[in-house]
Amino acid sequence: MREAAAPTLVRVLRLDRTTYDAIVAHAKRDHPDEACGIVAGPEGSDHATRHVEMVNAAGSPTFYEFDSTDLLRLYQEMDAKDEEPVVIYHSHTATEAYPSRTDIGLANEPNAHYVLVSTREHGNSEGPVEFRSYRIVDGNVTEEDVAIEESRG
Amino acid sequence: MAIEVRIPTILRTYTGGEKAVDASGATLGALVDDLEANHPGIKERLVEESGELRRFVNVYVDDEDVRFTGGLGTELSDGAQVVILPAVAGG
Repeated sequence: MREAAAPTLVRVLRLDRTTYDAIVAHAKRDHPDEACGIVAGPEGSDHATRHVEMVNAAGSPTFYEFDSTDLLRLYQEMDAKDEEPVVIYHSHTATEAYPSRTDIGLANEPNAHYVLVSTREHGNSEGPVEFRSYRIVDGNVTEEDVAIEESRG
Repeated sequence: MAIEVRIPTILRTYTGGEKAVDASGATLGALVDDLEANHPGIKERLVEESGELRRFVNVYVDDEDVRFTGGLGTELSDGAQVVILPAVAGG
């Protein structure tokens, strides 16, 4: 007898409004260079709670890389707090908010939501951005919904 | 001489899910070979065929990025702490 295939879980990235706004603001501020950062959260919770803007050591409109010393500090800090990177985000400043081949090749956090923000439309100015989220596992990209939750208080 | 090596999530398939393993070696290169002996396949993820450390893998010895301390030739003292972290990067 064949076993039934496991149901495909539809994943959703849930982000609070404050964090969403902060990521968008970061991307707009750094335009035309790519902005990057993470939102950490308790390990295994899938709950993105602590936004950390990172410096793009590449300082480039077509590439981003966390500075290696900052990267070590970030992971040590998350380790100490039993956190993991729930969201890893960066911006595309001239192309759509879809992972590039480089993004896919270098995606090394199978549990993370990879968020892409495109600032190609309005650059540093006010105006909507594309804000999309993906899972990237073993070179496979799966887009997921983004649910923005209004902040309490 | 046991040296603790912190393993990133993506490489824990080689360590049976362990976040940290012990390994030994007088240099980082020797340590990687020792890791490979106990966790086959892991070396290829860290080192190019040419023998250089992979561009998008960061290795730290006592909080220093080994790119600034001699790469795989970096000497390891007793009780050294080694951390492996894949770069967070893209285009």
